[in-house]
Amino acid sequence: MSKPLLEVKKLKKYFDVTGGVFSRKVGDVKAVDDVSFDVYQGEVLGIVGESGCGKSTTGKALLRLIEPTEGQVLFEGKDITKMNPEEMRKMRRDMQIIFQDPYASLNPRHKVEKILGEPLLIHGIGDKAERKKKVKEILEIVGLRGEQAASYPHQFSGGQRQRIGIARALIVNPKLIVCDEPVSALDVSIQSQILNLMDDLQDKFGLTYVFIAHDLSVVKHISDRIGVMYLGRMVELTSNEQLYDEPLHPYTKSLLSSIPNPDPDIKKERMILEGDVPSPSNPPAGCAFHTRCPECMDICRSVRPEFQEVSVNHFVACHLYEVDGDNSDQEQ
Amino acid sequence: METVTPTNKKPMPGPERNEPEMEKIEVVSPWKDAYWQLKKNKLAMVGIFIIIFFIIVALIAPLLTPYAFNTISAGDRLSSPSAAHWFGTDDLGRDIFTRIVYGARISLMVGFFAVTGALVFGTFLGIIAGFFGRWIDMLISRIFDIMLAFPSILLAIAIVAILGPSLQNALIAIAIINIPIFGRLVRSKVISIRQEEYIMAAKAQGMKNGRILFHHVLPNSLAPIIVQATLGFGVAILEAAALGFLGLGAQAPTPEWGKMLSDSRQFIQSAPWTVLFPGISIMLVVLGFNMIGDGLRDALDPKMKN
Repeated sequence: MSKPLLEVKKLKKYFDVTGGVFSRKVGDVKAVDDVSFDVYQGEVLGIVGESGCGKSTTGKALLRLIEPTEGQVLFEGKDITKMNPEEMRKMRRDMQIIFQDPYASLNPRHKVEKILGEPLLIHGIGDKAERKKKVKEILEIVGLRGEQAASYPHQFSGGQRQRIGIARALIVNPKLIVCDEPVSALDVSIQSQILNLMDDLQDKFGLTYVFIAHDLSVVKHISDRIGVMYLGRMVELTSNEQLYDEPLHPYTKSLLSSIPNPDPDIKKERMILEGDVPSPSNPPAGCAFHTRCPECMDICRSVRPEFQEVSVNHFVACHLYEVDGDNSDQEQ
Repeated sequence: METVTPTNKKPMPGPERNEPEMEKIEVVSPWKDAYWQLKKNKLAMVGIFIIIFFIIVALIAPLLTPYAFNTISAGDRLSSPSAAHWFGTDDLGRDIFTRIVYGARISLMVGFFAVTGALVFGTFLGIIAGFFGRWIDMLISRIFDIMLAFPSILLAIAIVAILGPSLQNALIAIAIINIPIFGRLVRSKVISIRQEEYIMAAKAQGMKNGRILFHHVLPNSLAPIIVQATLGFGVAILEAAALGFLGLGAQAPTPEWGKMLSDSRQFIQSAPWTVLFPGISIMLVVLGFNMIGDGLRDALDPKMKN
C-alpha cells in the first residue's frame, strides 16, 4: 500500500427533518454518522451495506455533491471541505463520479459529443478539434464507436449509456473515481462487461476507485479492500480476502452468510437477523447494531464501540474485539 | 464462507460485448422527434393551418380589401352581407370584412407581445425562485400567489384603470397578469430538473452555476414553457377582446375584435352579422392556438409517447 490518496475523517451527514406548520426542524436523519477511512493510491475500496445504510451519501459527501455536516475529507493532503467554490470546481477534475442510473445521469437533450466534450471545455483542455478527437478516443476506449458521438443518450442501451457515464468520468484524467453502484441498474450479463471494463481501465490509467455496491459478489470481484456499513456507520474495514475468510463483526458475518449458494446440497448454517434496521432518525444508543446482534452484551446498549484496528489492516467497530477492554474472553 | 468464489481477479464470466449494435446511426434530436409527433397529430395541424391563415391575412390586409377600416359611410349602415360587403357593414357603415382583416393584426400583435412579456419576466422570476430557493423563492412565490388570488380579468381591469384605457395599456395589463402563470410553471420545472442526476453530474464535472442553469436546467424545462406560451396566446387574445369589450382596451376607431363586439351588441337582433364575424374570428384564433398547444403538449411530453 502506498500513501493515502484520500483520507476521510469523522465524516458526518445529517439531513434535517422538518415538520409542523412553519417547517421547523424536528430532528435529523443521521445518514452518515462518523465514518473514517483512507483510500490508497491505485486501490479499489469497496463499500457495501444494505439499502439506506448511507453508502451512497458517503460517496456523494466525499465529493461535496452533498455538503457534509461535519468532518474532513483530505484529498492529497488538502482538506476539500474547506475549499471555496472556485477551488472546489477546479479540484473536481481529479475526483469524478460514476452514477448508479445510466438513464438519469445523462442529459437527454445533449449529444454524446457534448456530454463528453463539456468537462474538457469547462476545464479548458484542448481546442475544439482536440476535444473532438479526445471524445472519439475515449468512446473507443470504453468500447463504443467514435461516430456514435453524434447520437443522443436515448439511442443507447443501458450498458452503452453506462459506458458513456464512465467515459465522462474518465475524460478529464481524474485520480479518483467514486463509483456509486455503477452496475446495479444493469442486467447481470451487462454487469460483467462493465465490471471488466472498469477493471481494465483501472490498470490502464492507474485509477483509484471508491466502489459502492450492495451486491457482495460484485464488490468481492473488484475490490482490494472492503468496508461494511450499517446504519450510517462503518462497522468493519479490511482486505478483501480477510473480510471473506475471517469476518469479525456480527453484522458482516450475517451479511456474508446471506450470499445465496448455487449448490442446493450444501447445507450451511445461515445467520438470520431478526427485526428491521432501526430508523436512522432515531438510531439506537451505543452500538447501532445491538438491537439485532446475536452476541449483544450490556456495554453494547450504552457505549458506542470505537472503530479501531484489531489486527493489521483490519478495522472493526465492535465491543467483542475491544483491544484494551476486558471483554476479550468473550471472543469466539 | 465456502460459498464465495476466490478473489483472484479473473474477468467475470459473461458474454463479451454482445450488446446489440446499431446498424446505422441516425441522429434524432428530441426536438426533431417532437416535430414528427406533432406532424402526426391532425388536430394540431389544423390549428397550425388556422394560425398561418390568420397570420397571412394580417400581413396582406391592405391587399384583401378595397376599403379602409375607418371610413364611415352613412348610406351603407347595417347593410347585410353582399358582394360589395362580404361580411356586411356596421352601424357607421364601415365594412366589417375590412375591420376583421385589420383586426387580425391587432389580435396577433396583442397575443405576441403579451405572451413575450409574460414569458420573459415570468421565466426570469421563475428561474431565480426555483434555482436559488430559500427566501427569494418565498418572496417571489408569495407575490405570484397574491396575483393569482385575484380573478385575472379583475386584476387586468385594475391595472388598466390605473394606467388609463388604451390598447397599449391593455397589452401591459395582460402581460402582467400572465407573469405568475409562467413564473410558477418555470419555478416548479426548475425545482424538479434540479434534482435530476444529470444536474448533479454536471456539478460533479465542475461546472459553474450559470452554465448548469442555462445549458442543463433551462433546455430541459423548455417543453412545458413552449406549450404554455402557445396556449397563452389564445388566452391573451381572449383577454384583450374582453378588455376591448369593456371599453378598457382598444379605443374607437381601432378595429379590435372585442371592441367591435361591444359596439354592435345593441344590433344583435336586427343585424346579427355585426357580432357574428368578430365572434367567429376570436373563436377561430383562440381555437387554433389551443389546438397547437395541445398537440405540442402531447408531442413534447415523453410520457405520452406510445
